[in-house]
Amino acid sequence: MTDVIIAGIGQTPVGEHWEISLRSLAVQAIRAAIEDAGGLKPQALFAANVFAPNFSHQAHVGALLVDYAGLAGIEAATFEIGGASGGAALRQAYLAVKSGLVEAALVVGVEKFTDAIGADLETAAATETDSEYEAVHGLTPTAQAALLARRYLHEFNAPAGGLAGFPLTGHINAAGNKNAMYRKAVSLETYQKAEMICEPLNLFDIAPDADGAAAVLLSRRDRLPVDFPHPIVRIAASASVSDTLGLHDRPDPLTFTACQQSVEQALEKAGITREQVDLFEYFDAFSIYAALSLEAAGYAPRGQGWKLAAEGAIARTGQIPCATLGGLKARGNPLGATGVYQAVEAAAQLRGQAGTNQIEGAKVAMIQSLAGPASVAVTHILETL
Amino acid sequence: MEIARHWRLKEQRYNLTGTVCTKCGEKSFPPRRVCPKCGSETSAPFTFCGRGEVYSFTTIYEAPTGFNETAPYTVALVRLEEGLLVTAQLTDLGNDKPEIGMPVEMVTRRLRSDGDERGMLVYGYKFRPAVV
Repeated sequence: MTDVIIAGIGQTPVGEHWEISLRSLAVQAIRAAIEDAGGLKPQALFAANVFAPNFSHQAHVGALLVDYAGLAGIEAATFEIGGASGGAALRQAYLAVKSGLVEAALVVGVEKFTDAIGADLETAAATETDSEYEAVHGLTPTAQAALLARRYLHEFNAPAGGLAGFPLTGHINAAGNKNAMYRKAVSLETYQKAEMICEPLNLFDIAPDADGAAAVLLSRRDRLPVDFPHPIVRIAASASVSDTLGLHDRPDPLTFTACQQSVEQALEKAGITREQVDLFEYFDAFSIYAALSLEAAGYAPRGQGWKLAAEGAIARTGQIPCATLGGLKARGNPLGATGVYQAVEAAAQLRGQAGTNQIEGAKVAMIQSLAGPASVAVTHILETL
Repeated sequence: MEIARHWRLKEQRYNLTGTVCTKCGEKSFPPRRVCPKCGSETSAPFTFCGRGEVYSFTTIYEAPTGFNETAPYTVALVRLEEGLLVTAQLTDLGNDKPEIGMPVEMVTRRLRSDGDERGMLVYGYKFRPAVV
């Protein structure tokens, strides 16, 4: 079968880009990815975005972006799968290239949070929940995570602050990522003193909404330029699984079933075990999601995921390094773009281009993006050839 | 059309009416045409008793449009006596601090006021500490 190669990667810094528009952000990332791939031209562009229709009053993002990126005429589509949009668009590009029907496909994720402020942000975020049975009661994605965190801490007797290790690890790692939003380590004391946002979640348990765009260009190995300058990274597996949209519709909300199944499918397709994974870019939109994802992925028993962070197992030198360039918490969470940032960062690690954050000898990376509380989980496994 | 969108859910909002699968007996709230357990498409309306206990809860300070007047407010997952979970606000707490396991019962309250100039009010179920 065709090997699907990550030929090019590009990203903008994550943060508040008041002066840059949705399209300009995306075009920066797209052009960077094409240049990184030695000028390889895509035949399709798959855009990932969640809130442009709400915040920027802009639907039809795919068509807009191919035009402004100088790619007019090629196939263009937009994917909205909540927080999993980036992973889902990557999967569509993977399927397109893997099938042989498309020789090179570009994935761009872009999100522009600073086009809205205040209650508009919460209102839009709430549309990611079940509108008729969750949002109408005032529930928001942050509150969903808080409900899970409270139950988790209660059911498994984890200490208050037991989730601190996740944001602390992210911040340590973001310090070495020039594109991260918060490039500064924080102390446990700072975490403990932080403002409570949605009890038991404080400011540091919640990844910041941010502007950003990231792009990857996928192609077949035999279409790479002859002087292709990078170590070759391929997508070894792709898996997407859905669960109920409403959190209340699950028999056991503390098990991220979609997360679990997509990891199992991805490992099987890649023909590897979870122990062979050198780094895991999990989806820490909330610290509790990092814990639940590690448990679902099989790195910790139920109720014990928080200990991996507390005991250093997810540090860069730990048993399963996570959020190696800051994760959502410290790199920032440009929602629709986040899954594409994960792919860019994992590819950089596997190419040996992660600078001071390089995981020594990394050959296999797993990345996972989640929509809501794992209502969709998209998992990819990347490896060096 | 916001009015129709809420009006058509009146049996759910005011009575907590879901469905029961006539084939396997699985109860659902919200109501479902297709049984999530056995896949059967034969369901009948089923009205839940409205009693349960708090599975988890949190308090929201930064509210979406329509909830500013009520913020801060407490949202819970309530485990109904029939076994399933429902999302709803806790109300009439008085001096009671909500806690996991607290027995609660359904009441009808104003859920939100529409943010637009028409000022539509939406009513529906909330849960209060059980009186009996």
